[in-house]
Amino acid sequence: MTLTGIAEFIASFFGLPGSSSVWIVAVLAAAILLGFMLLTVLILIYVLRKLLGKIQARLGPTRTGPKGIFQTAADALKLLIKEDTIPVKADRRVFIVAPILVFVPAYLVYVVVPFGEGNHFIAKDLNIGLLYIVAVSSINVIGVVLAGWASENKYSLLGGMRSAAQLISYEVPQALAVLGPVMLAESLSMQDIVKAQGEGLFSWFIFRSLPLLGFIVFLVASMAEINHVPFDLPEGESELVAGFNVEYSGMRFAFFMLAEFAASFTICAIAATLFLGGWHSPIRGFLDNGWWTVFWFFLKSSALVCLLMWIRATYPRVRVDQLMEFGWKLMIPLALFNVLVVGLYVALGKGG
Amino acid sequence: MPSDYAYVALFAAIGVAFIIATLVFSWFIRPSDPSPEKLSTYECAEEPVGPAHVQFRVGYYVFALIFVIFDVETVFIYPWAVLLRSFARNGMGMFAFVEMVVFLGILLVGLGYAWRKGVLRWE
Repeated sequence: MTLTGIAEFIASFFGLPGSSSVWIVAVLAAAILLGFMLLTVLILIYVLRKLLGKIQARLGPTRTGPKGIFQTAADALKLLIKEDTIPVKADRRVFIVAPILVFVPAYLVYVVVPFGEGNHFIAKDLNIGLLYIVAVSSINVIGVVLAGWASENKYSLLGGMRSAAQLISYEVPQALAVLGPVMLAESLSMQDIVKAQGEGLFSWFIFRSLPLLGFIVFLVASMAEINHVPFDLPEGESELVAGFNVEYSGMRFAFFMLAEFAASFTICAIAATLFLGGWHSPIRGFLDNGWWTVFWFFLKSSALVCLLMWIRATYPRVRVDQLMEFGWKLMIPLALFNVLVVGLYVALGKGG
Repeated sequence: MPSDYAYVALFAAIGVAFIIATLVFSWFIRPSDPSPEKLSTYECAEEPVGPAHVQFRVGYYVFALIFVIFDVETVFIYPWAVLLRSFARNGMGMFAFVEMVVFLGILLVGLGYAWRKGVLRWE
C-alpha cells in the first residue's frame, strides 16, 4: 500500500475533497521523516555508546533492557520530565526561539535526502536540492549565537561566538567541496546526482576526475559543521562547561542534542549520495531497483556513520587556533584546488 | 499541484509544531520548583560578576567579514558549476573555465593578502 493510497483513504474517510490527498501525502511524509529522524537519533546514540565502549575496552550501557538497548529511550524520558529553568536575567524570547532555530533546519534537510530510487523514497526532489541543503543547514549558526547571547552567561556567550566562528569557517570548504559532483552531474538535484553514478563502483564521484580529495574535504568540513570530534570545541567541557547550551535544561537542551545527532546522520547520507553513488548498487545493474536501493543507501550511510564514530574514539580535540588555521589555510585552498581540477576535467569534455 | 517549496514550508511548520507540542507535553509532567539560586546564571558556584554581555575578541568579526566574501563567491560558482558541461559540449569549455580561474584568482589574491596581514592567525 502506497502513501498515496493511504492518503486517498484518509481523504475519503473524513469526506475531504480528492484534491486534498496531495497535502495528506505531504503531511504523512513529513511525519514519517520526523519519526525516522528521532529513531535514528535514538539508535545512533546507543550504537555510539556501545561502539565507544568496545573501542575503549569497556561494556557501555548494560542495565536498561537487554544489552542496554533502552538506555537512550530512558535518557530521553528523563529529559522530558526534567524541570525546565530559564534564568531570570536571560532574554526570554530569544532564549526560547534559539533551540527552534537549531532543530528545524536539521529536520528541513530531510526534505531532499534521497533514500532510494524514484519519487517514493524522497519527500521532494527540489531542482536546487544541494544548494538548498547548504543554505538550510547554515541557519543553525544563528540559533547557536542567539542561544549563547540570550543566556546572559559569559561561558555561553564565548561558546556561542566560538561556535559561530567555527561554523562559518568550515561552511566555505563544505560548500565548495560539493561542487565536484555538481559539475560532473550537471545538476543540483539530489536524484540527478545519484543517477549520474549508476555505472557501478568506478562511476561513483569519489573515484571520478580527482579521486578522494572532494570527499575528504567534504567529510572533514562537515565534521566541523556538526561539532564532531576532533572539532568539538564549542562544547569543550573542560574549558567552556558545554558552551552555548550551558543554561539550557530539560527538553530545550534535548533539542540541541537531537539536532546534532540528526545532523551527523544527514551529513553521512549526503556524503553517500554525492560521492558514494547514493542508492546505486556497487555493481552495475545488480540488485539496483525498488527496495534494494534503500538497502544500499542505508548500508553506505551506516558505514560512514561508523567511520565518524571511529574517528571520535581516536582523535583528541584540536586547539582553537589550530582549528581556524586548518580551516582557512588548508581546507579552503584544497577545496578551491578541487573545484579547479574537476572544472578543468569537465571543461575539456571528459567523463561526459 | 502545490509548489515544491510548499513542502519546505510544511516541513518547517511541522518541525516548529513538534517542538511546541513536546514542550507543552513536558510542561504537564515536569516539576516546577523555582528558587533564586536555580534561576541565576552559572558561574563556577559564585554569584555572577557584572553583566554577561562582555566585550569579546575582534577576531570573530574579521573572520565573519572574510566569510561573507567567500560565501557570496561560492554562491556565484554554483550556476557556473551546473552549466560547465553544457559549455564544454558547445566547445566553450575552456572559455568558461578560464573565466572562473580569473574570478577565483582575484579572490585568492584577497585570501593571500589576509594571510600575509596575519588576519588568519588566531592568537
